[in-house]
Amino acid sequence: MNLRKIILKELLERKKQFLTSFIAILLGVIVIVAVKSVSNSSEKAIAIQLDNLGANILVLPQTTTIDNYFAADINAPEMPEEYVERIANSTIKGVDNMSPKLSARMNIGEHSFVLTGILPKNELASKPIWQTSGFADPGLQAACDPNNIMNTSHGYEDPKLQRKVIDSLGEYDCITGSDVASKLNLKEGSPLEINGTEFKVASILPQTGTVDDGRIFIHLRTAQKILGKKGVINAIEIMGCCSAISEGLLGNLRNILPDTKITTINHIVQTQVETNHTMAKFSVIFLIIIILVGGISIGNYMWSNVEERKKEIGSLLAIGASPKDIYYIFIGKALILGVIGGVTGYVLGTLGGMILGPRIAGVKVLPVPLLFVWAVLIAVGVSVIASYFPARRAAKIDPALILQEI
Amino acid sequence: MIKIENLSKKYHSKGNSVLALDEVSLSIEKGEFISIVGPSGSGKTTLLLCMGGLIHPSVGKVNIDGASIYDMGIKERAAFRLRNLGFVFQTFNLIPYLTALENVQIPLSLAGNNNGNQTERATQLLEKLGLGDRLNHKPRELSIGQQQRVAIARALANNPKIILADEPTGNLDPNTTNETVTYLNLLNQTGITVVMVTHNPGVAERAQRTLRLVDGRLAG
Repeated sequence: MNLRKIILKELLERKKQFLTSFIAILLGVIVIVAVKSVSNSSEKAIAIQLDNLGANILVLPQTTTIDNYFAADINAPEMPEEYVERIANSTIKGVDNMSPKLSARMNIGEHSFVLTGILPKNELASKPIWQTSGFADPGLQAACDPNNIMNTSHGYEDPKLQRKVIDSLGEYDCITGSDVASKLNLKEGSPLEINGTEFKVASILPQTGTVDDGRIFIHLRTAQKILGKKGVINAIEIMGCCSAISEGLLGNLRNILPDTKITTINHIVQTQVETNHTMAKFSVIFLIIIILVGGISIGNYMWSNVEERKKEIGSLLAIGASPKDIYYIFIGKALILGVIGGVTGYVLGTLGGMILGPRIAGVKVLPVPLLFVWAVLIAVGVSVIASYFPARRAAKIDPALILQEI
Repeated sequence: MIKIENLSKKYHSKGNSVLALDEVSLSIEKGEFISIVGPSGSGKTTLLLCMGGLIHPSVGKVNIDGASIYDMGIKERAAFRLRNLGFVFQTFNLIPYLTALENVQIPLSLAGNNNGNQTERATQLLEKLGLGDRLNHKPRELSIGQQQRVAIARALANNPKIILADEPTGNLDPNTTNETVTYLNLLNQTGITVVMVTHNPGVAERAQRTLRLVDGRLAG
């Protein structure tokens, strides 16, 4: 027998009262952890997406949103493929690479994937602009000089950008994301039927943690044919020279493509930053709620508990317990409440984030270990602070007033 | 030896003050069995709690074996109670969610005994009081008399020199009353000083000496 055992036995004896406060703190921690997990994963996913995009300028139809683009919305607006020609035949400087795309969501068996048509490098290289810019050279020597102090990007030296360029793609070849391959049990060389057309899996991309994992890339012409969308595309991804962007590349592109939306990665990042700021504000609101609701609930519970146990406290003091022992009993109980609430809240909040993240934010949510520390610290902090005054009152109880029975 | 000098205690409540003890002085020798009687509100329990170091007197001193207990700090006084005093209450004040054995283990634990020693000593005491088959029963699973015996075992856990009993038979039937007072007598015969507050004249008679309190003063 020791004071810890007294705390645990009392908790087990009065489970229902404990449960109410426990749920209050638990719900608060669950919500905070879930929101933070989703926002954290969202930030990372967008960073990876942008990284993997391999382009720093996006040309989209005027009415398309960034969300439409990433979600490959089946109803996403389209624009003529002729726009690619317009850019390629223009005299605009600073366009170092270009990738037109046509995407649509489709089902194969029970699974939903994004079919994306792309133009391989060998076709783009036939355009005059690539021949003059040096894009067609094997080393991808860009017109953008990486040594130029105005150029803050990694240019073509960045392997992540280079890997986005697909050298060649047969008419009925396809490249699949890792999720597609695992769900459809595909290997390189496997046959794959899409909309009644048989393809051969040319390669499988490594996992990126982005929407690319759920994409099937085929030749743009073939995609246009099987989707019945000849001569149209959804987007043009452009690798623009950074110094050229600052010197008015976007304005020049807008001049030749007036009915399009031209955005830079900075704009996309800005949108996401704003979204993440909103989620951060939500986290703060929930933090205030947990402190207020959880704290009041625990404080109220502890206060009632002290009132209910006055006689027990008086007996313990009479037996020889010191006021410090009484403090220990109540603060120890608050610690247990906080630790269990924090740990359980972290586990359930993380699970909640993992389940809801893909549905709400379209991102795969992974556990964030740092949140475990925060969840426990917040839960314990709220619990102990809320229990401080009830514990102090318990320690100051006058045993004589409690034990006078006649 | 318990020596009380000019002990007064005044309670203040809502602007009123009540003099519960009025300049009480008395001495109790080591090994005595004392009963304190008197009408309700005469200050019996206040006197007992003052002796136990649980209630600070307004004026006066309480010396136990030469130590002035109200000159000690709160922590020191708690440790003194733990080592020297055992309390028995009218309503037993057992902790309801602990078993008989665990209730008796509490003072042993507070005194720093390890779990093995606690269990051994508590079991021994409960067996002595005829509760060997009730070790793992919670108070609500015990009869009133058995609960009082657990309370006595708890009071004896740390080999106290003095037992302070506040109406220990107040809630008991005649048979259990007799049994409880017999236990107190037996303890007294082992050299433990027993001070018992009671309003039952029959119980009071079984003590060696009876002190009568009226309006906070010793009478007669």
